[in-house]
Amino acid sequence: MIEIINQGIGSSFQDLGRVGYKHLGVGRSGAADRPSHGLANRLVGNPESMAAIESCGGLCVRLHRHATVVVTGARGTIDVRHGPPMAVNGSAHLPAGAEVTLRSPDEGLRYYLAVRGGFDVPPVLGSCSLDTLAGIGPRLSSGDRFGIGPDPNTPLSADLGIRPPLSTLIHMSEGPRRDWFTDEAWSLLTTQGFVVSASSNRVGARLTGPLLERRHNRELPSEGLVEGAIEVPPDGQPIVMLADCPVTGGYPVIAVVDRDHLPWVAQARPGTTLRFRHSGG
Amino acid sequence: MRLLPCGPQAVLAEYDSLAEVMAVSDGLRVAALPGVIDVVPAARTVLVHHNGVDRAALEALLQPTDQAPRPVGPLVEIPVVYDGADLAEVASATGMSADEVVDMHSSTTFSAAFLGFTPGWAYLVGLPLPLHLPRRSTPRTSVPAGSVAIANEFSGVYPTTSPGGWHLLGHTIVPMFDPSRAKPALVVAGDQVRFVPA
Repeated sequence: MIEIINQGIGSSFQDLGRVGYKHLGVGRSGAADRPSHGLANRLVGNPESMAAIESCGGLCVRLHRHATVVVTGARGTIDVRHGPPMAVNGSAHLPAGAEVTLRSPDEGLRYYLAVRGGFDVPPVLGSCSLDTLAGIGPRLSSGDRFGIGPDPNTPLSADLGIRPPLSTLIHMSEGPRRDWFTDEAWSLLTTQGFVVSASSNRVGARLTGPLLERRHNRELPSEGLVEGAIEVPPDGQPIVMLADCPVTGGYPVIAVVDRDHLPWVAQARPGTTLRFRHSGG
Repeated sequence: MRLLPCGPQAVLAEYDSLAEVMAVSDGLRVAALPGVIDVVPAARTVLVHHNGVDRAALEALLQPTDQAPRPVGPLVEIPVVYDGADLAEVASATGMSADEVVDMHSSTTFSAAFLGFTPGWAYLVGLPLPLHLPRRSTPRTSVPAGSVAIANEFSGVYPTTSPGGWHLLGHTIVPMFDPSRAKPALVVAGDQVRFVPA
């Protein structure tokens, strides 16, 4: 059993998301930084599909039985009471009664806390992910208690947990509505810095920067959206679609961020300046 | 048909009509091409999510074809209280009385073309031409769940409280989406829908 003492900021269960439900209007959701989520599971010997807790910090959990726990993703201080010290990307065997608190991250935005055996939470449409836009999936609040699954009987991964440093240079390719925008808009997007705004969330990273102007003011009939799409509303300020983005959107998509670079956007804290480069893809 | 770039794991195809969109997306679903994860039809486009696919086979399936009419799905009746905030405005914009708007909307058998935006949001086609109005120039920041609305060639029901720019004609208490039901979405693509004044 694990108890949520403090839910902290933006904490939710996340796994690989819901695949194959877009025809019902249900998006994928899932971990915003999938490589960090996968690493967390590997480091405690879980299948990569298991749910971990994604949190922007402030999360405090208490173990009611001994368990192997790891934290990946953002870099920050992990406080442990009644147990051995922990650092990001290092699994620890914690005794019953141990309390783990994730301080506000020093670098990056989203931690992933995984426990060997996984959390006993009921999946909704095949996934334990909370889709914050659609309101689907199990919730997590202070005071909740969740079971811990059976030991997977796997060796702990020999993965050293070494990750490349977070980058702010983001590769992308042309999007479906590149031709709705002026050449100047494209040139601004690929040369200037764009600052991540505080109103960003799991749906999208909202950016502020030079205005990306359209060639015309036609209304776009809603069309399918991909994760990583850079959508530009009429105010000319781009939004990079993240894990909880809707199935369809109504604003033109100027570019699409490369899948491998999307975790860096998801980990960019408000105030971070991102730069975009055409990957030639 | 026009193919538009959408990153390495998706293809967006644009069509001249919703009929072409429906035919192509139905064909894609039947073909179940290996590597295709999700097909998202919309008003004029089909988005194909994939994780590596035979590009030539996919492009062949994306070609619009003359198709047999869609099989008619089951009829779903949705009770509606026609008390929408925009009923009077719609009446004046269309030159009808509010009662005539309600009669026209509730005597139409709609067909669910596709689902999108949020879970259970079905885009219903068949709206009579006099009721085709562009979206509101300023969207509402919050439209209550269950609102029955129209915009352009579509009618629909807001499954959850969300921002929205459609014209509100009334409301229903029937939940459009409930993941604990065997059929989570009340209306799926292909279903027939009638709004019944309650």
